[in-house]
Amino acid sequence: MTEQHVRYFNRVLVANRGEIALRVIRTLQELSIASVAVYSDADTDSAHVVAADHAVHIGGSPVAESYLRIDRIIEAALSSGADAIHPGYGLLSENPDMVEACERAGLVWIGPSASAMRAMGSKLNARRLMIKAGVPVVPGGTEPIADEEAALAAAESLGYPVAFKASGAGGGKGFRVAHHASDVPAAFTGAAGEGERFFGDPTVYAERYLANPRHVEVQILADQHGSVIHLHERDCSVQRRHQKLVEEAPAPAVSAELRAAIGEIAIAAARSTGYVSAGTIEGLLDGDQFYFLEMNTRIQVEHPVTEMITGVDIVAEQLRIAAGHPLTLAQEAVRLSGHAIECRINAENAAKNFLPSPVRIGDYREPSGEGVRVDSGVRAGDAVHQWYDPLIAKLVVWAEDRDAATDRMLAALRDFTISGPATLLPFHAALLSTDQWRRGETCADLLADRAWLRSTAG
Amino acid sequence: MSSCVITADTPATVWKVLAGEGDTVSDGDTLMILEAMKMEIPVEAEQDGVVARILVAEGDLVEMDQRLVELV
Repeated sequence: MTEQHVRYFNRVLVANRGEIALRVIRTLQELSIASVAVYSDADTDSAHVVAADHAVHIGGSPVAESYLRIDRIIEAALSSGADAIHPGYGLLSENPDMVEACERAGLVWIGPSASAMRAMGSKLNARRLMIKAGVPVVPGGTEPIADEEAALAAAESLGYPVAFKASGAGGGKGFRVAHHASDVPAAFTGAAGEGERFFGDPTVYAERYLANPRHVEVQILADQHGSVIHLHERDCSVQRRHQKLVEEAPAPAVSAELRAAIGEIAIAAARSTGYVSAGTIEGLLDGDQFYFLEMNTRIQVEHPVTEMITGVDIVAEQLRIAAGHPLTLAQEAVRLSGHAIECRINAENAAKNFLPSPVRIGDYREPSGEGVRVDSGVRAGDAVHQWYDPLIAKLVVWAEDRDAATDRMLAALRDFTISGPATLLPFHAALLSTDQWRRGETCADLLADRAWLRSTAG
Repeated sequence: MSSCVITADTPATVWKVLAGEGDTVSDGDTLMILEAMKMEIPVEAEQDGVVARILVAEGDLVEMDQRLVELV
């Protein structure tokens, strides 16, 4: 039996919805593994339910009543005869209690261990681990700050601007910047308050605030036999309120030498927790200096750009790793070909301060052609629900270099028709037409410019 | 002074009602917060005035253009 004909699992439950559920199901189909979808009341007729071989209803429309119900998802896996669970991203994908529930039920979790998730879930703990492993972190503290007086002392020793971060911070919450001593009390108490409210942990630490860094992250794969490789980096600098909107690979500001160096840093970071599965080391790039920011212990939304430049199916690798197989790819065999860009097509109106637009889709026509990939969760006539993430599709293109990929993306955006909800299609077309984008800048000024955003109205 | 009804800009769930009937409010004050697609959407007063009626409760599902708050 050749490697291609090994069936890693008989049946895999996909504990997610929308485009990522469909993305995972596609690879399961290629590998002749049966798929099980789960769905809420609102998703009864959704595309991921239709695409899967089996589907199990797990509860009401709000995620707390369905996609976040560990008990119902485990029960669905057992009743449908699944032998493993793929979590996708978001929802339960980084919840160590879910991993332990799988283990207790005798199901394979297609992802890292609960202990690796816990180690990386606390930002402060992750900083300590990285320092011990020799991985560069943004200059700052490794101990919790007790009170406003200690916060001021920390700020004075680091220099301004300084960032106060909750240990559980993520998604732009639990993060405040002080530009002067007079800002420190409010920044410290604000970060602690959000940490408590959103992550149940008021612990705060301080680090130097980098004003306009690039967000560069490295994709890694680690098997159960001690091999860890990286699949190069992605640049995700185009963000609004810490939400990524455009991602590309390779990163425009990373040389071959820097690529090799940050790849080694990412491998060291993954090894420090005995990490297994696909994961991402997120960092900040300030000039040529790369700093560890956090590790995401799951597949990421933007994984397709890495797949486009390397030819590696990251979901297939996750399945292979979870089944106990060694990595088939050595570091030297990981190729880097051309340039890929992903635009997140959210149901949001950029011209109205990114107002969500959960409105039923009318016409829906995807672009196609050489080097164009659409990972979508919707079809013509589908409802877009207010309970779920605004990401309805991802448009990904590949071409031989960044300029050609930009031209291909602009053409594909023009060929993408979605009527009904407001979407980010016109925003992306406007952004990728700017000189700032062509020059490979972060475009942070444009994303903060209300007048420019209003001018993108489709 | 003319009265004014503030409506929902998007289908959403009412997450938090911050204003109470009888409150005096200023243009730009946040009266309630809606939630849709994991985003918080503040509903602001569009003029100075007094909250005459709150037409929805926390947890309610609201449609686009549904009436939320009446100011006088």
